[in-house]
Amino acid sequence: MSTSPSPADPRQPPPSAGPATDRLAVVAAGGQVEPEVHERVRQTPAVLEIDRFNLWYGTKQALHSITMPIPHGKVTALIGPSGCGKSTLLRSVNRLNDLVPSVRITGEMRLNGDPIYDQRMDVIELRKRMGMVFQRPNPFPMSIYENVVYALRIDGESRRPVLDEVCERSLRGAALWDEVKDRLSESALGLSGGQQQRLCIARAIAAEPEVLLLDEPCSALDPIATGKVEDLIQELRGLYSVLIVTHNMQQASRSSDYTAFMYLGRLIEYGPTTDIFTKPVLRETEAYVTGRFG
Amino acid sequence: MSSDPLRRRRSTHAALAAHGEAWVWLTGGCLALAMTMIIGLLGYIVSEGVATFWPRPIELIELTDGRKVLGEETGRDKAPDGTGRRLIRTANFELTGKHFEWFDDGEVTATTRPAEATVVERLEGGRFQGFPTRLLHGDEVVAAGGEEAWRGFREQHPDVRRRWREAWRIDKGDRGVLQRKLRAARLAVVKAELATGADSPAGTAAAVAEKAVAAEVEAQERRLDERTAELRAGNEGWGLEFTTASGETIVLPLADIVRAWQPNKASFQERLGVYASRWGEFLGDDPREANSAGGVFPAIWGTIAMTLIMALLVAPFGVLAALYLREYASRGPLTAAVRIAINNLAGVPSIVYGAFGLGFFCYVLGGSIDELLFRPALVADGQPTFGTGGLLWASLTLALLTLPVVIVATEEALSAVPNSMREGSYACGASKWQTIRRIVLPRALPGIMTGLILAMARGAGEVAPLMLVGVKKLALDLPIDGTFPYVHPEREFMHLAYLIYDVGFQSPNSQAAKPMVFTITFLLVAIIALLNVAAIWIRGRLRRRYVSQQF
Repeated sequence: MSTSPSPADPRQPPPSAGPATDRLAVVAAGGQVEPEVHERVRQTPAVLEIDRFNLWYGTKQALHSITMPIPHGKVTALIGPSGCGKSTLLRSVNRLNDLVPSVRITGEMRLNGDPIYDQRMDVIELRKRMGMVFQRPNPFPMSIYENVVYALRIDGESRRPVLDEVCERSLRGAALWDEVKDRLSESALGLSGGQQQRLCIARAIAAEPEVLLLDEPCSALDPIATGKVEDLIQELRGLYSVLIVTHNMQQASRSSDYTAFMYLGRLIEYGPTTDIFTKPVLRETEAYVTGRFG
Repeated sequence: MSSDPLRRRRSTHAALAAHGEAWVWLTGGCLALAMTMIIGLLGYIVSEGVATFWPRPIELIELTDGRKVLGEETGRDKAPDGTGRRLIRTANFELTGKHFEWFDDGEVTATTRPAEATVVERLEGGRFQGFPTRLLHGDEVVAAGGEEAWRGFREQHPDVRRRWREAWRIDKGDRGVLQRKLRAARLAVVKAELATGADSPAGTAAAVAEKAVAAEVEAQERRLDERTAELRAGNEGWGLEFTTASGETIVLPLADIVRAWQPNKASFQERLGVYASRWGEFLGDDPREANSAGGVFPAIWGTIAMTLIMALLVAPFGVLAALYLREYASRGPLTAAVRIAINNLAGVPSIVYGAFGLGFFCYVLGGSIDELLFRPALVADGQPTFGTGGLLWASLTLALLTLPVVIVATEEALSAVPNSMREGSYACGASKWQTIRRIVLPRALPGIMTGLILAMARGAGEVAPLMLVGVKKLALDLPIDGTFPYVHPEREFMHLAYLIYDVGFQSPNSQAAKPMVFTITFLLVAIIALLNVAAIWIRGRLRRRYVSQQF
């Protein structure tokens, strides 16, 4: 688990590599392929079910019939080369893509059984059930304290003891409490990049989300800050259901329970992280995780 | 040149262009030119404006025809025949019919600076210049001889001035209060008559009340009359006798003398005292002599009040309009057209806004307000209250004028708010309005302040529209004072920018008013700069709080 196969590791192609199975070439040519979803994923109870989900930006299709369950209480990583639709998929979960005028979707997603794209679903209420952390830290222009309790504030919560309690719990949960407890009333913009990102995580978990969405949370951070955020993701494991997009193979292999490999808007292979990184079914997946392509 | 057409060639200019030296010089040169013009203009205004009140020496000039004149040299140039000539402020208008006179160098035989030459600033009639000879009180000669008379004058003048000031304050302030009380009672009668008829109980009650008020006012007026008569009697008879350079003798009542100084023998401290006292009068007092002397306090007040009210009016309007345009309106040809229209509004001549303000705000809005709320005043003395130019309408007109500036700047500021912040807020479950109010607006505030600063600078310097909607040559009643309801947005007011026009180009004694124009301009620029510095300071604080991003 802690070691990923190095690119130099000489390995035999996986047994399933049959004739004319270069699925990536098929996908690149515009064809459809059946995703390889491991049996163990299907057996775990899901917090979020993505069901034949398609998405278009204008006329360009960005997601092709994605079907995948996101296991409850586990960390699920989305990997794949740039432009494969990982972030689009993540942003579809809390309907942030609604803000882009040209987006059109078909298919369904369900959060604990509630249809996300149902007409009766209030998108504001929906987003309150999820937390999201973005690529670049985006603390709000207010104090550290107000950043953390933002989700409660917009719900009209103003009882100081409640806010204090949530603020401390969230900051402890984001491993930031000891660093900022003496300057909660100072501007969040004065924190370092890594601290800002952990603050954003604290903000995301303040409202006890059912799913935590992390969109490449370390891509704008230096190695030390990255290390701290990764440690934090380890700690969130088991407490929250986490869906994380990452470019970093090692991060995926270290901190996730399940990994999904996507390519050009399709799901290619999805299974337990150990399997994906040590004995993937498809040789395309192996080629990607070992760094031979992508 | 080369036989091979495909070989790369390099022109002799290429190296120069590549280094970009030429562009550095071009751009730097343009900046230097602009800076020179701005600094030159400001420097000229400041140096002239600051020097206005400094007491300058005064010269006794003897001419070939035997005339003697006493005056301050204010200008010098070359006559067409090549000899020099100078402009002397000869003053003593009542004797000579002139304030200034040109003298060719050829006709001057001698120039001296007599120590006892005295400059007198009077309440009216312009300056007087001469030699003091005697201090008189009625028929009694208190002091005789130049030095004695001058010393006596310096002893007596502060008391005379104090009595004059008190009488003036009673006339302007206390009597004004009484008149307003009387008018309020009279309006109450008219109001009751309009509502229920003159014979109704309310009408008769109002009439009785008015009589009581009138009696009370009369009694108080009588007391004030006694007091002012007493003060004036104290000043009565005090006079300073002067001999002019040409030999006439004239007695100036001490009460008419604002201040006097002997520039040729005054020490530096004394001159500084005169300088400070003239600045004090300029900043704190009402104008005299058709605005060409005295102070500009009402105009300072009017300028600041109008600019601040304008900023208060334009900020919410502009910000809300820009919010809709940037955050809510869907991108399309209609939005683009609206945006272009707003930008074009900034190019409409300001006098057009003035005409609109007069036609719509004063006559339509103000007229309706008068009809609805101030009908008694309209009936009683045919005077409009809001239906004419005033501070409120002027501020509104200028708010309209500066609206495009604020909208454009606010839109810029809103579009500079990173989208990641909006998305972060939405992801927390915030609605659009919550996101705008809690995230976008605070973050955009410094940019919005920039727009307000530009708007204030533009608005404070406008003259043309103000002439139509409420600025007056003379309006001594301030729009905020001690009489109920304390704020009078309907009152006409004075404005420094208009004063520049009025003093500089409408004054009967324009030569004497010229230095005042510089001083007023200097003051206006200083006030605008001060308002801007304040706004920039606020912006800096907001920026530190909401924008600074560390990476």
